[in-house]
Amino acid sequence: MRRVLSALLTAAFAVAVLMPASSPRAAVFEPTVFTLDNGLQVVVVENHRAPVVTHMVWYRVGSADELPGKSGIAHFLEHLMFRGTDAYAPGEFSQIVSRLGGEENAFTMQDATAYFQSVAVEHLDTVMALEADRMVNLHLSDPVVLAERDVIIEERHQRVDNDPGSRLNEMMRASLYLHHPYGTPIIGWEHEMSALTPDDAWTFYDRWYAPNNAILVVSGDVTPDQIRAMAEKHYGPIPSGDVPERVRLEEPNQTAPRRVVLASADVEQPSWSRLYLAPSYHAGATEHAYALQVLAEIIGEDSTSRLYRDLVIDRKIAAFAGAGYSPSTFDLGIFSFYVVPMPDADMTTIEAAIDASIADLLDTGVTDAEVAQAIHRLQASAIKARDSLSGPAQLFGRALTIGQTIEDVEVWPEKIGAVTAEAVMAAAREVLVLDRSVTGLLLTKPAS
Amino acid sequence: MNRTHLRSLCLGAAFAVGTGFSASAFEIEPVVSPGGIEAWLVEDHSVPLTSISFAFRGGSAADPAGQEGLAEFVAGLLNEGAGALDSQAFQNRIADLSIDLEFSAGRDEFRGSIRMLTENAGEAVDLLHLALTEPRFDEDAVERIRGQLLTILATNATDPGDIASRTWRETAFPDHPYGRPPEGTPETIAPLGADDFRSFVARNFARDNLVVGVVGDIDAATLGPILDRLFGDLPATADLPAIPETAPEGAGRVLVVERPIPQSVVIYGGPAIKRDDPDFYIAAVLLEAVGGGFGSRLTESVREDRGLAYSVGASLSTYEHAGLVLGQAGTRNERVAEMIALINEAFADVAANGLTDEEIADARSYIVGSYPLRMTSSMSTAGALISIQLAGLPIDYIERRAELFDAVTSEDVKRVAARLLDPANMLYVVVGTPVGVDGEIQAN
Repeated sequence: MRRVLSALLTAAFAVAVLMPASSPRAAVFEPTVFTLDNGLQVVVVENHRAPVVTHMVWYRVGSADELPGKSGIAHFLEHLMFRGTDAYAPGEFSQIVSRLGGEENAFTMQDATAYFQSVAVEHLDTVMALEADRMVNLHLSDPVVLAERDVIIEERHQRVDNDPGSRLNEMMRASLYLHHPYGTPIIGWEHEMSALTPDDAWTFYDRWYAPNNAILVVSGDVTPDQIRAMAEKHYGPIPSGDVPERVRLEEPNQTAPRRVVLASADVEQPSWSRLYLAPSYHAGATEHAYALQVLAEIIGEDSTSRLYRDLVIDRKIAAFAGAGYSPSTFDLGIFSFYVVPMPDADMTTIEAAIDASIADLLDTGVTDAEVAQAIHRLQASAIKARDSLSGPAQLFGRALTIGQTIEDVEVWPEKIGAVTAEAVMAAAREVLVLDRSVTGLLLTKPAS
Repeated sequence: MNRTHLRSLCLGAAFAVGTGFSASAFEIEPVVSPGGIEAWLVEDHSVPLTSISFAFRGGSAADPAGQEGLAEFVAGLLNEGAGALDSQAFQNRIADLSIDLEFSAGRDEFRGSIRMLTENAGEAVDLLHLALTEPRFDEDAVERIRGQLLTILATNATDPGDIASRTWRETAFPDHPYGRPPEGTPETIAPLGADDFRSFVARNFARDNLVVGVVGDIDAATLGPILDRLFGDLPATADLPAIPETAPEGAGRVLVVERPIPQSVVIYGGPAIKRDDPDFYIAAVLLEAVGGGFGSRLTESVREDRGLAYSVGASLSTYEHAGLVLGQAGTRNERVAEMIALINEAFADVAANGLTDEEIADARSYIVGSYPLRMTSSMSTAGALISIQLAGLPIDYIERRAELFDAVTSEDVKRVAARLLDPANMLYVVVGTPVGVDGEIQAN
């Protein structure tokens, strides 16, 4: 039943996210890595199962790099990257890829923006030429930009405004991050989106899109030598840019828990959730990043985990319950809890139960056996990560855009394996502090 | 950009079959076990794991009247304990052995799949066998899953897309199983119990309605005994109701379900053809060109030219007993009338004039060329093997697929378009607060 759950609690954290927002379940992929003279970093993951290839370009820029008042511009630019260059008309890029039997898409995250195509390997040269072209030759005409602005506003309506659960989530994140731009939705606030101009898009493109701020990841039926030659040919001639340092506001010390309640006649199924500010691989008390993954596995990853056993199986007050954590953010991330109550359960009981469960965890700790089991399960997922064409490309792209190294991804199973029960508890005590949390309630309300 | 979303709508799972995969890419081997169980196998030893996918024809369309939701309920219960293992014991074994085990109920078939590491294959197969033949349906687990299904129903009850789909389905198929809710209702789910689930298993899991696809680190000699272990002691024949052939009703109607949301969600569709119709390949090309991703008529007109919608599309939906053109779109309430007019205009134009040669060539090359991309993991490839078999296609279909699509001509397309895209055949459902839409107001 877990798959149904994600549909039930759509978080809408990221816009057009095509990968899970958590769990970099890396394996030993043995990639080849090199850097072109213009600073473009290249990662090649060989996979010879079928004559196909995934080609991705990741930019080290996301919604958290937007200037105040320009929310949504990173995602808007992502859309505009499909709307023409000096050489290609709007939509032509997609048409060419489609004609080649390729799949393509793009997504914008808080810390990165990525573009990708999957094609038969003989078409790699063509899509690489197209991707290199739009790295530097974007062409924006006013009518095209303005029509696309309406599209992203419709996207916002569809993803957020039409859905009370997404609206609550947006408010919770805005409350969790008091100062840091992660509190601003990736898609943007509507009043700022509707004022975005072609100039805004151009400025953002000009500032951030350059080979020395990008990572090329190619995964599939190719060799490093082929990719080196092809990348030199298409991306090599693009001059490096004067890309600014990422400057992010820092969260202040948070000193009080927050609570957001959304009650609506449009809600029939209530839910409860809580977000705690948490360290990531790159920010805060980073030494806890691996232990927090083990903690999430123990208390909330599936229907054998502690919370599910406690609230769903034993106490029978919840239909679903779990926890999650993603270490893959440039700045402070989130450790989250969620509960979907059974039809006859009340929210006060639910909250008391989960608070008791968290208190019990902090009080009595986790056992060595629980830790060993969680490590075993996490490490086994590394083998399965190889049963995919685009999965490894996404792992490396995401890691490198948040300041991790190839080596970090490769040694992930070992780092997970080194986590002890003491480390898990130290991490839990560091993170599960109410003053750095937001609790959200989605409630029904009789129609007026 | 979410193009994948558009694509998946237009080339839905029901006919994600056929490919441009060259024969050298992989070979499908027909395997017959010592006990007579048939399967299609693709050997691939590059990663030490194997996926087995299987389906029993039947699905939620075979739910008895008044027991809607039964098939989905059983799908939720099959990993909740079997044999001597209760729910927690069973799920701990699954998790500790890194097994991915999933069951799902489709409209016309009940599907299952397992992905297992080679080192754990023996015990993984035993666990799946137990789930299929000795599911426990303990009262505790039944109540837990019932609660989960009820919360999902409650969530869907207020989801605009779900309201639109439900209203469309009930209006199009008022007297046919396809009009009933596959997920059930609180009333139909409430009384279901262990006897109903056992009866479902006895009627639905049999050898004569079974298809199997296997991909991964295994050879035919090893697979044979595994097939017998998994399926050999199932009954020879399933006991399924006859489902009549049908076609959607409601041509020309526009229904409005009022909800206080900023974006109106629209579902529209009409009668089309089934998978076994000789015109299937023509219709698939037609709908790809009209309702597929970027470059399609609908996306260009509604999204790219006017910025009306983030997502708009239409596709050919082939069920076992009906064929449909089915589309979706969403736009702000103030412009939904304009959007519906544009969709009808695009349909009418293609119905009258067909497509350009370039449009046909583009749609064809996408459909043919993109198929191998659906087979880049053992799970997705095993799923494709199942879909091909459920569609009743031959084992060499993948090799022949390109030529079947290449044979589509512009005359063919024009003929089929006139039949499938007449706007007067479409039933529209609008959920939201649409402005200027002349429709019948429906209660939700």
